[in-house]
Amino acid sequence: MGAGRRWAVDFSDNSTAPSSRDIPDPPGFTRASVDQDDSAVSRQKKDAEANWKAQKAWEVAQAPFKNLLMMGFMMWMAGSTVHLFSIGITFSALWQPISALQGVGKGKLSYDFYFSNAVDSSKFHFDFAVFEPYKDNKVDLLGPKLLFIALNLGGLALGVWKLNTLGLLPTHASDWVSSLSPAQEVEYSGGGIPL
Amino acid sequence: MAIRSFLIFFIFFFFSSLNPILSLYEDQVGLVDWHQQYLGKVKQAVFHTHKTGRKRVVVSTEENVVASLDLRQGEIFWRHVLGSNDVIDGIDIALGKCHYPFIRRKYFESMESSRWADGVGIFSSGFKALKIIVISAESVFNGSWLLMFSDGLITNLKIEKDNIVIIFSNGRLNAVSCIDGEVLWEKDFEGESLEVQHVIQPTGSNLIYVVGFASSSLFEMYQINALNGELLKHESAAFSGGFLGEVSPVFSETVVALDSTGLILLTISFQNGKISFQQMPISNLVKDSFGPAKIIPSSITGIFAIKMNAVTIVIRVTNENKLEVVEKTNHETSISDALSISEGQQAFALVQHAGHEIHLRVKLAHNWDDNLLKESVKMDQHRGLVHKIYINNYIRTDKSYGFRALIVMEDHSLLLLQQGEIVWSREDSLASIIDVTTSELPVERDGVSVAKVEHNLFEWLKGHMLKLKGTLMLASPQDIAAIQSMRLKNSEKSKMTRDHNGFRKLLIVLTRAGKLFALHTGDGHIVWSHLLQSLQKSKVCQHPIGLNLYKWQVPHHHAMDENPSVLVIGKCGPSSGAPGALSFVDTYTGKELSSLSLVHSVAQVIPLPYTDSTEQRLHLLIDADKYAHLYPKTPEAISIFEREFSNIYWYSVEDDSGIIKGHALRGKCTGEVADEVCFDTRELWSIVFPSESEKIIATVIRKQNEVVHTQAKVIADQEVIYKYISRNLLFVATVALKGSGEIGSVTPEESWLVAYLIDTVTGRILHRVTHHGSQGPVHAVFSENWVVYHYFNLKAHRYEMSVIEIYDQSRADNKDVWKLVLGKHNLTSPISLYSRPDVITKSQSYFFTHSVKAIAVTSTTKGITSKQLLIGTIGDQVLALDKRFLDPRRTVNPTQAEKEEGIIPLTDSLPIIPQSYVTHALRVEGLRGIITVPAKLESTTLVFAHGVDLFFTQLAPSRTYDSLTDDFNYALLLITIVALVAAIFVTWTLSERKELQENWR
Repeated sequence: MGAGRRWAVDFSDNSTAPSSRDIPDPPGFTRASVDQDDSAVSRQKKDAEANWKAQKAWEVAQAPFKNLLMMGFMMWMAGSTVHLFSIGITFSALWQPISALQGVGKGKLSYDFYFSNAVDSSKFHFDFAVFEPYKDNKVDLLGPKLLFIALNLGGLALGVWKLNTLGLLPTHASDWVSSLSPAQEVEYSGGGIPL
Repeated sequence: MAIRSFLIFFIFFFFSSLNPILSLYEDQVGLVDWHQQYLGKVKQAVFHTHKTGRKRVVVSTEENVVASLDLRQGEIFWRHVLGSNDVIDGIDIALGKCHYPFIRRKYFESMESSRWADGVGIFSSGFKALKIIVISAESVFNGSWLLMFSDGLITNLKIEKDNIVIIFSNGRLNAVSCIDGEVLWEKDFEGESLEVQHVIQPTGSNLIYVVGFASSSLFEMYQINALNGELLKHESAAFSGGFLGEVSPVFSETVVALDSTGLILLTISFQNGKISFQQMPISNLVKDSFGPAKIIPSSITGIFAIKMNAVTIVIRVTNENKLEVVEKTNHETSISDALSISEGQQAFALVQHAGHEIHLRVKLAHNWDDNLLKESVKMDQHRGLVHKIYINNYIRTDKSYGFRALIVMEDHSLLLLQQGEIVWSREDSLASIIDVTTSELPVERDGVSVAKVEHNLFEWLKGHMLKLKGTLMLASPQDIAAIQSMRLKNSEKSKMTRDHNGFRKLLIVLTRAGKLFALHTGDGHIVWSHLLQSLQKSKVCQHPIGLNLYKWQVPHHHAMDENPSVLVIGKCGPSSGAPGALSFVDTYTGKELSSLSLVHSVAQVIPLPYTDSTEQRLHLLIDADKYAHLYPKTPEAISIFEREFSNIYWYSVEDDSGIIKGHALRGKCTGEVADEVCFDTRELWSIVFPSESEKIIATVIRKQNEVVHTQAKVIADQEVIYKYISRNLLFVATVALKGSGEIGSVTPEESWLVAYLIDTVTGRILHRVTHHGSQGPVHAVFSENWVVYHYFNLKAHRYEMSVIEIYDQSRADNKDVWKLVLGKHNLTSPISLYSRPDVITKSQSYFFTHSVKAIAVTSTTKGITSKQLLIGTIGDQVLALDKRFLDPRRTVNPTQAEKEEGIIPLTDSLPIIPQSYVTHALRVEGLRGIITVPAKLESTTLVFAHGVDLFFTQLAPSRTYDSLTDDFNYALLLITIVALVAAIFVTWTLSERKELQENWR
């Protein structure tokens, strides 16, 4: 805590999530009892749910692949000349992965919100808004997440590649010299046919 | 950066592929363009006789124009502009019976000119080198004809009762029937070494006298029968004193001449075939003599005038051949020819200058003492002296005679005086423009604006409502007419202040008369005019010639309180050693700030790329002895100049000897011309063209103030080639000596044309190309890294245009993107021309249908906009041709990438698209030059074409991609915005209410 901060009251509603601070639980409520109250049935149920969640997470992670194929086809259709259609396709191809990856930011936000203290010491951990429903202690979301990121990065790369084939990336010498003014000449000469 | 350039490219591509043709709709004519018609300095004027009942005057001018002017307003009723080969030596009106069918027939036979209107024909039958052109002065069947003749040395024209026209031309006396153009008889004086001075035809007789000098001291007289050309008498008499200049006929058988000293007047009479001389020393007539005299040509019975320095003496000859001085005056005097009024009486007019006034007197020839008319007219000083006067009479309501006088002033303007007033005036010196430059208008601030343009809000709204009606197609025909007149009379365009887009400028033009005009680009009106003191005849400068105009001072830092000025360069006399004359003129007010008579001559003027602290541009004047003189002559200018001393070079093209020489500065002048601002020069290099095989016919350089946006050219597949852009490149075209004549005078084997690109600092020939079987004249234009030239191909019997583009190979390996990204390249560092250039050229040739009078290229303020060539065609029109048609990279089958780049498939000839004539339906008669000036708006360039006529317009070679058009409807935009905002508020309140209701439910 900063030196200037003496006390703080958190008005955020933490009722649904486990408390993030060292506040004692209200009398008659033991957190451990809730966790340990699992019967075998509920455990089984939970396992099934976890499996289902993992499966779903993989599905979500693979979703951009279809998109990628679709985009590839559209780009091939659009050709390599600069016109409204090809520019539209290219920019949507760039935008989709970017907006999907922006989910990273959003996920982190919520993560910060809920676990700001708890994860301080935990290992590197990233989170996604899209994977939020499948979050489970028993499900390892790292695989789907990595795949999701990879596919989106692939989509982004495809978009950038398309941008380049359209000649819209400054990767050629011509892009850097096209507005270079002519060099000054040291000597100056005038004259002509005598008046 | 890349995105910006891409956007620019995209916009260009988009617009240029949309509509490569520039054309305008009928209702756009006159919105930005203006056209003015002029005549040139009047040589001769003939009034319509009052029998025809027409109030018109027919004039012929030094620009070879013959025109009929309305006497009421001075408007051109009709006009014909003849070529420079058809010099008009005289005009006269033939009353009566020159036969129309003949003329019509001859017109079709001769086919000499396809530009004549109905009722115009050319006699060219029978004799060599005399051309009579008959034009109907009125309508075709009216029966009043105008006769003009050309190629005559001394001319005289009389019309007899049976319609014989007698013309003296080229040493020959001809009688031509006016009916059919047949030569009735001719008498040749060519073989007799006779210098014919006058052909006199006494009224009412059938005799013709031809008088002249055979050698310097022999007077000859021939008497000829006008009906059959029979030589009746030939007399000659010697006068030991010799003769000087002209003779003045005073009676039908008496002429007055001067002896060779100019001090003795000779009255020569040849009555009854006997020649007798009577001598009268001028000192006997006037007490104090003023040096040698000169006869003022006139043809008044019994009266002649002589001029001695500034003194004019009018002398009367009595019947006994006695001379009497009737007037002696110090005022400048002009005398008109005699005008026959009733009962065989002759009237003539005298005009005298007195300060701000001119005095006009009309007298009868036999009665000096009485004036028929005496008037004083206020006259502007800037018109100079009266050069010529022509009078005409009319009958007033009280049956007395009234006179009107047409006067030609020193500044070539034409004025009509009647009843002591200037009825109208025409600034006809604008038909002979020598040089043009431009100047900005004053910056807008309180009290500067000359024109009142602010109108009230109501009118503004009314105008926009009308426009809105027009847009929504609700306008009635009256409304449409109102909209059109509103657009044409837009007072914005003739405002006297600078505008945001830089469309409003002053065109400063120097005319042959030595008069400087400022024309407003908005509507072409004359803002000011000034007859330059330095270009007026004076004792030190007998034959002043205006040469060039340069921008002397263009204030940017002090634009609010300093006026720009121009430098006018002239010289005294046509010789190369004639001393120069400078004038500095304020371009806002037209005041001559100062004028200098130089001691040295002016062979070259080099505006240097340096300005001093007052933003005066440094100019280097090279004289005929190859000394350089620096102007302005201030210590500051000298110090700036000395700093750059070693980098300044100059070159001279000696086209008659076929040598191009390069020079450098050496040091201060020594010897008798020693002066702080005089510098000595030394020759560095010379290129000598073999005189028998190559003759210089054209040289072109780039416009010094041209702005080039980029040195790189991006071609297909993102490749870059670097343009070789140098201010010091000279294009030279030479032809074989045999081929320097007219087109078709040699066989293709004997003629060739060589084009050079020469570096004027080092003298290096960068490129040389030979066109075999080709001939001049060559017209060329140089811009950026390309030159386009036009010539005649003898083998193909067609005109051709060629383009040479020059590229720099030494920069081609600048391909590393990272170096370019980090700016670690030397592409923009200053270069020396002494470093070894490694250039390649690309060229291509195309057929072109027209012969060409002038070529120019559009120029824009940043040089981004694509270029168009402006070609002045032989039909006196200006054709805009996209530079893309003259691209050496054109191929018959361009690849897809090349097509994307905008390369047009190669064709053998350049297309002439009728819609791309920038002069649309107009014609700039006698077209001599085309000037382009960039506007502030990058897309737009201002074009001024001048000849006998003037034409101005705005061009946007890639369309106006950077501004809304003039007729953009702001009212519609405003209404739309207001409506949208209102709609937003309404829907917002509605949705609020609905939400509230939902919540209550």
